[in-house]
This record gives sequence, C-alpha cells and structure tokens, in this order.
Amino acid sequence: MAKPTKVTNSIRALRFASGEMTQAELAERIGVTRQTLIAIEQGRYSPSLEMAFRIARVFKVPLEEVFHYPDPEE
Amino acid sequence: MSFQEKRAWVYAVIGLCVPVVYFAVIFVRAGGGDVTRTAYVVPMLVAIGGAVVLNIAAEVVAGIAAGREAGLKDERDRQIGRLGEYVGFYVMSVLALVPLGLAMGEAAHFWIAHTLYLAFVLAALASAVTKIVAYRRGL
Repeated sequence: MAKPTKVTNSIRALRFASGEMTQAELAERIGVTRQTLIAIEQGRYSPSLEMAFRIARVFKVPLEEVFHYPDPEE
Repeated sequence: MSFQEKRAWVYAVIGLCVPVVYFAVIFVRAGGGDVTRTAYVVPMLVAIGGAVVLNIAAEVVAGIAAGREAGLKDERDRQIGRLGEYVGFYVMSVLALVPLGLAMGEAAHFWIAHTLYLAFVLAALASAVTKIVAYRRGL
C-alpha cells in the first residue's frame, strides 16, 4: 500500500489538458525518471520546491494550480 | 522499475544469497565438531570478494540491459540512497558492538570474525531493504 503524502497534485489532469502529454515526455522535460514522475503523480513522493516550479513552468501555470496542500482547519 | 531500484534488488539478493552459501559451507566443514576450529578465513574472503564481484557484474549487465536509463539518477533516487545508507550505518554501528565485546572478552577469533561479517551482511541488507521499501511505498 502506498504511503500518501499530504500534498496532492493535478499533474495528470494538466498533462491531458496539454495535448495528452505522456509521463515520459514530462519526466524528460523536468529531468527525472519516469518512475519518479509516477511517484509524484500518485502522491508517493513530494518533489523539491525547485522541481515543483519546473513542473509548473512546463504547464505555464502557477505552482498552486499544480500542487495543493490541505488547510488544517478544513 | 527504475534502474536504481533494480540495483537495490540486486544488492539485496546478493547480500542474502552469498552469506547463506557461506554459512552452509562453514556448517558442512564443521561437521558437528568444534566450530571454532573450522578453517573459515579463505571461505570468508571468497564470500566477501565474491559478493563484490557479483555486484559489479550484475550492475554491468543491468546497465547494458537498461541502456540510456542506466545513467539516470534524480533527486528521489538520491534521497532514497541517502536514507538507505543512513539505516545501514546505524545497523552497522549497533551490531559492531558485539564483536567489540567479544574481542574485549578475549573470545575465539572465529566468533569475532563471524559477528563482524554478520554485522556487514545485516547492515547491507537493511540498507537495500530500506531503499526497496522507499521505492515501493514512497518517501
């Protein structure tokens, strides 16, 4: 069973919105292995801030549209 | 499975199989007699050297099979690698106290050498298993 992180993301949706970009293509553009991208997408790995910015830059959206962190009061 | 995860699996399998074969050889050589009189030095050196050679050979083969992916190592691989080495270091540090105590108590060289070898083996296994769990379950 995967250990979830509190950080969620919309990478999958953003990939499909960006001309059905493949995981391999995105992984290559941000300089990680496809397995690491899969781990990020599935919430098994929280990327570094730098990598998070790189991902957001690929989709040309702000960081908050890619990654979400739940408010403790919610 | 990424190349680095494959490396961790190879390391775990070799780290488990080689000591099992080694201890089986020592058990047979002892033949129910006084185990401390068993000639263990050459088999132990072969086991240590063999594990190193097997790891290198397996890595070369896996690297050829993986092609371009073999050289790839990203921040997640580095974090998992560090975690594995950290766990291995602590296991080694704790288990090394056993041969230290045996040496202070002037125990037979056989027991000192074997508890130290076992400490190396268990530290390597703990490191490899930590990496595999981190790859499978997440950091």
